[in-house]
Amino acid sequence: MNLTLKIWRQKNAGTKGKFEKYKLTDISTESSFLEMLDVLNEKLINENQEPIAFDHDCREGICGTCGLYINGRPHGPEKGTTTCQLHMRKFKDGDVITIEPWRAKAFPIVRDLIVDRSAFDLILQAGGYTSVNTGNAPDANSIPIPKLDSDRAFESAACIGCGACVATCKNASAMLFVSAKVSHLALLPQGRIEAAERVQKMVAKMDELGFGNCTNTYACEMECPKNISVSNIARMNREFIKAKIFAEVPTAVETGD
Amino acid sequence: MSLFDSKIPTGPLSEKWTKFKADAKLVNPTNKRKLDVIVIGSGLAGASAAASLGEMGYNVKVFCYQDTPRRAHSIAAQGGINAAKNYQNDGDSVYRLFYDTIKGGDYRAREANVYRLAEVSNNIIDQCVAQGVPFARDYGGLLDNRSFGGAQVSRTFYARGQTGQQLLLGAYGALNRQIAKGTVKVYSRRNLLDIVVIDGKARGVIIRNLITGEIERYFGHAVVIASGGYGNVYYLSTYAMGANSSPAWIAHKKGAWFGNPCYVQIHPTCIPVHGDYQSKLTLMSESLRNDGRIWVPKKMEDVQKLRRKEIKPTQIAEEDRDYYLERRYPAFGNLVPRDVASRAAKERTDSGYGVNDTGLAVYLDFAEAIGRIGKKGVAAKYGNLFQMYEKINDENPYETPMMIYPATHYTMGGLWVDYELMTTIPGLFAAGEANFSDHGANRLGASALMQGLADGYFVLPYTLSNYLADEIYTPRMTTDGEEFEQAERQVKERIEKLMSINGTESVDTFHKRLGKIMWEHCGMARNAQGLKKALEMIPELRKEFWQNVKIPGGSDYFNPEIEKAGYVADFLEIGELIVRDALHREESCGGHFREEYQTQEGEALRNDADFAYVAAWEYKGENKAQELHKEELRYESIELKQRNYK
Ligand SMILES: Cc1cc2nc3c(=O)[nH]c(=O)nc-3n(C[C@H](O)[C@H](O)[C@H](O)COP(=O)(O)OP(=O)(O)OC[C@H]3O[C@@H](n4cnc5c(N)ncnc54)[C@H](O)[C@@H]3O)c2cc1C
Ligand code: FES
Repeated sequence: MNLTLKIWRQKNAGTKGKFEKYKLTDISTESSFLEMLDVLNEKLINENQEPIAFDHDCREGICGTCGLYINGRPHGPEKGTTTCQLHMRKFKDGDVITIEPWRAKAFPIVRDLIVDRSAFDLILQAGGYTSVNTGNAPDANSIPIPKLDSDRAFESAACIGCGACVATCKNASAMLFVSAKVSHLALLPQGRIEAAERVQKMVAKMDELGFGNCTNTYACEMECPKNISVSNIARMNREFIKAKIFAEVPTAVETGD
Repeated sequence: MSLFDSKIPTGPLSEKWTKFKADAKLVNPTNKRKLDVIVIGSGLAGASAAASLGEMGYNVKVFCYQDTPRRAHSIAAQGGINAAKNYQNDGDSVYRLFYDTIKGGDYRAREANVYRLAEVSNNIIDQCVAQGVPFARDYGGLLDNRSFGGAQVSRTFYARGQTGQQLLLGAYGALNRQIAKGTVKVYSRRNLLDIVVIDGKARGVIIRNLITGEIERYFGHAVVIASGGYGNVYYLSTYAMGANSSPAWIAHKKGAWFGNPCYVQIHPTCIPVHGDYQSKLTLMSESLRNDGRIWVPKKMEDVQKLRRKEIKPTQIAEEDRDYYLERRYPAFGNLVPRDVASRAAKERTDSGYGVNDTGLAVYLDFAEAIGRIGKKGVAAKYGNLFQMYEKINDENPYETPMMIYPATHYTMGGLWVDYELMTTIPGLFAAGEANFSDHGANRLGASALMQGLADGYFVLPYTLSNYLADEIYTPRMTTDGEEFEQAERQVKERIEKLMSINGTESVDTFHKRLGKIMWEHCGMARNAQGLKKALEMIPELRKEFWQNVKIPGGSDYFNPEIEKAGYVADFLEIGELIVRDALHREESCGGHFREEYQTQEGEALRNDADFAYVAAWEYKGENKAQELHKEELRYESIELKQRNYK
């Protein structure tokens, strides 16, 4: 198939970017979207031009590295699919495809289609874990967990941290991402212990980092490549309110020991 | 046989690790704060090591090339992690896990290491559950298990088809907790360019900041290499695109011996190659062999009709199908180890019975399982894998059998380490897939995750402390010393050299060409003639690379072509060592199958009298052949036998 690509090019965070147009011929419908970009890059290199910088690693839809805004949608037209799992058979011969990076204040552009998502790491560092040292764990079967709870926890834990939820949200809110981690841990007895403290710290961090508010448009759920449900947001809101009502705001900060 | 000290504790096998821990030197808390540890890699091995060392009070710096530690290649592991819990009451035990691993590795692994691995396996599961890893459970709320190849018990813990992801997120959580506490600092989007050795000890690293292109220096009292395997030498593989062997290779060139490079695992169940533009091969988890049955047509006429698309596989009658694994290995059936399953697929396709347009595929069929547990039952177990298959192949595996073919997947070889996971450079450790230690000539499914986490959570904290106990007298060094200066100069020169070639072929083109040589001559089956040919072709290709590679752009900003060029330059060297090792090992064992050495039934024929050793290669300088050292493998608890899965 033959394609016209309009791709965002930007040297670094400090410079202004713009769209460039590229023509590609003879792309196999069997190839993946990123393999199509590989072909373009090979062509650019052979023409002595700089290839397009885009993020990718596993190309299996699990690492969350890839993330392109394709024709106005994060990860493109196919539901429940990361960019790397998108295949060219979803496009037609002669299509014009617009490719942009994630756009959000909290995700500055690094180069071309690559953004800096380290804000996500900072949120998780604020409390997205259980406080258990290596070697201190009781036997794994000592606490049975109802299968339903554990399955639900798994579904929340399946988030790959790609940032599509933020990219698609008109407020650039990180609620789906944060609530998925909060829910995953709150649903398990091991994570329950610190649930109140966790939700408050993570939400505070999220606000501090410049992510927007949630106005319940649910675009995030629509565009999530892992189908993370907005019910996580509802659960997080409940956890947050519960934490405010029933618990003291935590003052004890863990210190390096 | 040159002997060197692998530092295996004396005493009975089952007491060695306990004895080591009892005798190991300790570091008191105030001194721990004064000691710096550098960890290259944030996969299961690196993240678990860094988090545990941070908890103990050491100052840890972690480096990874991804934008965040959570995206390390371990994230892609699908099927599961082994442990000897015997929760299923099916006769499992530490000894049995140990025995299966040694046998699965075709009697080419060190007994003491493997026993320790089996011993700590249970602690790993406890640790992960405490972190909130949502392993699969049964209706009673207890943990569920599945079976993997090479075992007759169900000892594999799993989180649907995303076990690696969940385990890594657990370790990443532990890491985040330490980052918040200030004991661990993560440096992401960084590439290791050199290891600094001062007075014979590893003392630091030279790193390239991928965003700015700047070269950075870091000091450490010890350095841990946990950078994963070198399977991307083959270009097409199940590895992540960025997976590379450079940290291990840099260590090798600094003096660390390289163990058993020719032991490369070709995984039997991957999505077949479909075109030249292809960038990677996708794994279909081994867990699928719990319920999927592998077959090809019995009759050549059916094969031809299939290729002409005149019939569908579902139209081939039961009696006209050759379930070749069940036929050849009735005891283990579809659950034979990977090397055996891959070779059997190769045997059938070489004989012309392969399916797909290319003839390079076999079927993995779920019709029987769907009949037995229903479509829903199959979806609950493998739903995400089926989805992934459909996305890539545009075929629905609930309705038609999957097509699969072997692909490069894992490397058993790696940096040679002693019992304490230390390389031949004092203070330089290697963990996870980057070391050679536990899998012999073939790794069993679900054992890499186990080993990575064993190394990081439970072994290194003891063995590294044992080393660091003597380092308390070494104050933190600045990074302006001559050794750091020189190392930085050299890496800058190499980058400049690469950039100045300005040839006509892209880095990827060279990588693909190397991959073809490796797959053809040093893949599933090898012979002296092909290996010798590869030994001529690789140095020629390497020469061409250094004369004709083309890297566009500059080196003072984000330019991924520079990193790739460095990786491929190293692949072009390690590829040669893999071939050299394969040529020298005149026997067949595990993933290393030499056509000259097979039984009449086509099974691998080991030669224990001459080759029951670890081949540890010492670097001797550019364009010089490495020197071989042999670590004799002594089997005290297990009798060496021909592997039998019949
Ligand atoms: C598709 C797939 C499925 C698998 N499924 C299973 C399974 O079900 N069960 C099982 O037991 N095993 C499985 N494996 C194998 C297993 O996942 C790996 O062997 C294991 O995760 C390796 O972990 P690691 O920590 O050693 O290295 P990795 O996870 O590979 O991590 C390497 C780290 O090193 C860093 N690094 C690499 N190079 C550099 C550099 N030059 N500079 C700086 N940093 C660098 C990376 O950034 C990364 O953080 C699977 C493998 C694949 C490919
Ligand atoms: S590259 Fe890993 S999810 Fe797309």
